[in-house]
Amino acid sequence: MNLGEIMLDMDYRRRGYIEIEELKELGLLPPRDRLEKGPVAVLECPEQIPCNICAPFCPTKAIQMKKIIDIPRVDWNKCTGCGVCVAVCPGLAAFVVDLSKPEADYVTLPYEFLPVPVKGDSVILLNRRGERIGVGEVTRVWERNKTYVVTVKVPKGFGMEVRGIWVERR
Amino acid sequence: MEAYEGESIAIALYAIGIDVFSWSPKLGRPRGPLCMIGKCSSCFMIVDGVPNTKTCRFPVREGLRVERQRGWTTPPPKPIIDEVESLEIKTDVLIIGGGPAGLEAASILSKSGFNVVIVDEHFKLGGQLLKQTHKFFGSVDLFGGMRGFQIAEAYVKNLLSQPNIRVLTETVVYGVFRGGLVSAVSPSKYYLIKPRAVIAATGAQEKLLEFPNNDLPGVMGAGGAQTIMNEYGVKPGERALVVGSGNVGLIIAYQLLQAGVKVEAIVEILREIGGWFVHAAKIRRYGVPILTGHTINYVVGDSRVEKAVVVAVDEKFNPIAGSEKEYNVDLVLLAIGLEPDARLHAQAGALMKYIPELGGLIPLRTRELETTVRNLYVAGDSSGIEEATTAILEGRIAAYSIMSKYSDGEKAISVEKELDKTLKFLWDEYRSSPLLSRARRGKELATVSKEEMEELRRKYPPPVEFR
Repeated sequence: MNLGEIMLDMDYRRRGYIEIEELKELGLLPPRDRLEKGPVAVLECPEQIPCNICAPFCPTKAIQMKKIIDIPRVDWNKCTGCGVCVAVCPGLAAFVVDLSKPEADYVTLPYEFLPVPVKGDSVILLNRRGERIGVGEVTRVWERNKTYVVTVKVPKGFGMEVRGIWVERR
Repeated sequence: MEAYEGESIAIALYAIGIDVFSWSPKLGRPRGPLCMIGKCSSCFMIVDGVPNTKTCRFPVREGLRVERQRGWTTPPPKPIIDEVESLEIKTDVLIIGGGPAGLEAASILSKSGFNVVIVDEHFKLGGQLLKQTHKFFGSVDLFGGMRGFQIAEAYVKNLLSQPNIRVLTETVVYGVFRGGLVSAVSPSKYYLIKPRAVIAATGAQEKLLEFPNNDLPGVMGAGGAQTIMNEYGVKPGERALVVGSGNVGLIIAYQLLQAGVKVEAIVEILREIGGWFVHAAKIRRYGVPILTGHTINYVVGDSRVEKAVVVAVDEKFNPIAGSEKEYNVDLVLLAIGLEPDARLHAQAGALMKYIPELGGLIPLRTRELETTVRNLYVAGDSSGIEEATTAILEGRIAAYSIMSKYSDGEKAISVEKELDKTLKFLWDEYRSSPLLSRARRGKELATVSKEEMEELRRKYPPPVEFR
């Protein structure tokens, strides 16, 4: 089996969500000390999709791809956690995680539903399986071609768990 | 009733809650929206006295009289239009189908000075790009990152600025005839077109699945629901079940959530999800279950779906008794695959082949996408099901191939170079993804060398050619 086939054989293809352990195994997880240093991109894009959108848009050239079917790899040292990849990724698979603060974690994620969240909103936190795991506070929202890039403050320890939010209709 | 300008009749009716358009001839069963792109007969109604009018392809206008149709009806007693204008057009290239493949080819050829006629059944160009609200994958120079409808807008804007392009919308090409003549009709015009080359990029249609009551309104192609909500902004229902977890099923589930429709589940008969992981992850994180090893058993309803029953299947895909689950849904969306619409190529006499990996019957072609009918090209989904980015690349290849035949000197060299570059990118880079291996295998089986093509033409001489 080649690398592509091995990846197609992993369990996430049966479940539809990926486990943190799998991300680690695939080398898609930033090392612990980098995560604790400040915001950094986590690209949960484990398959060889013919797509390289994130690479040319990365302002610090931290995402490198040679071929269009390569899996995007982040140079964790170059990445500043700016969130441009979150805005442009067509697969909505890019996130920015900040585990550096003592009181809370921060997750930046893409959001394409109405109503659009605004700073200060309390939102429902969802994990990769769609389970409601708590409530967070929106700290920043910006938009690029109808994708909203939302940063939420989440309880300490939830930074690698929260991958979705739900904004109740006002 | 009132409707918005730019809506089709079918949509305007659906928006106010009318979901039965006709009753079937023998059993009088209700018929509602199914494909919504002019490929089926489910939206037939009597419009201004004309029966069997495809209401999904008919724009609303003031004073239209629309009636539900009961079974077979008689044609109107006298002509609806007094005079049909008859037009003869000579052109360099005729492009049939205004989707991504056709638009890319039209844009390249018209920019290079070729006279181009582009024909589409719909009353606007864009094909299925019009209902794609998600951002496209690929690379920036292939519109990656843009949303499908934005890609259509960009193409159309670009084409309208070209003087040597003629756009015929609401026009159906119905036949290719001896002498290389192509016939087309619109509601008020008849065209006889004499092109030197033809690119038929006629797209695809959705496959259906057999189960009891699969003809009830509310059972639709996933693409049909996409047209309703994404092209026209009408909510297709309240609660949905999606059948099939390929990219189409996964994407439609996400877009249903965006439209405020509750998605009860996606069922997938295989043991693993069919589409790309990222699309699955997008809906799993909003709590939509994907039931692998399950299929739809039957639906229940009076004049519309009210309930759907799904069932687990064993290794041989036989239903497991006692595993039934019931969902109260008003939408059952079939996303079980597409089949190429290459009827025009077949009618023209191009040699066809059935290739399961490509969804069905397709014309054999060279790497440059020319069929056994000389100067009849195939591109996009009608050449075998892939997706919009490969359709764009195939449209580009067909366009460059035609250009290379009609250029010489420096120009010919640069066109050949572009053609070669596009072919290399498509085959050696894009299609090298393991996620696309099935379609790639299909396209390999459909492609023959130049020598093989000449041999096929000798053995099965096509009845027409273009030159």
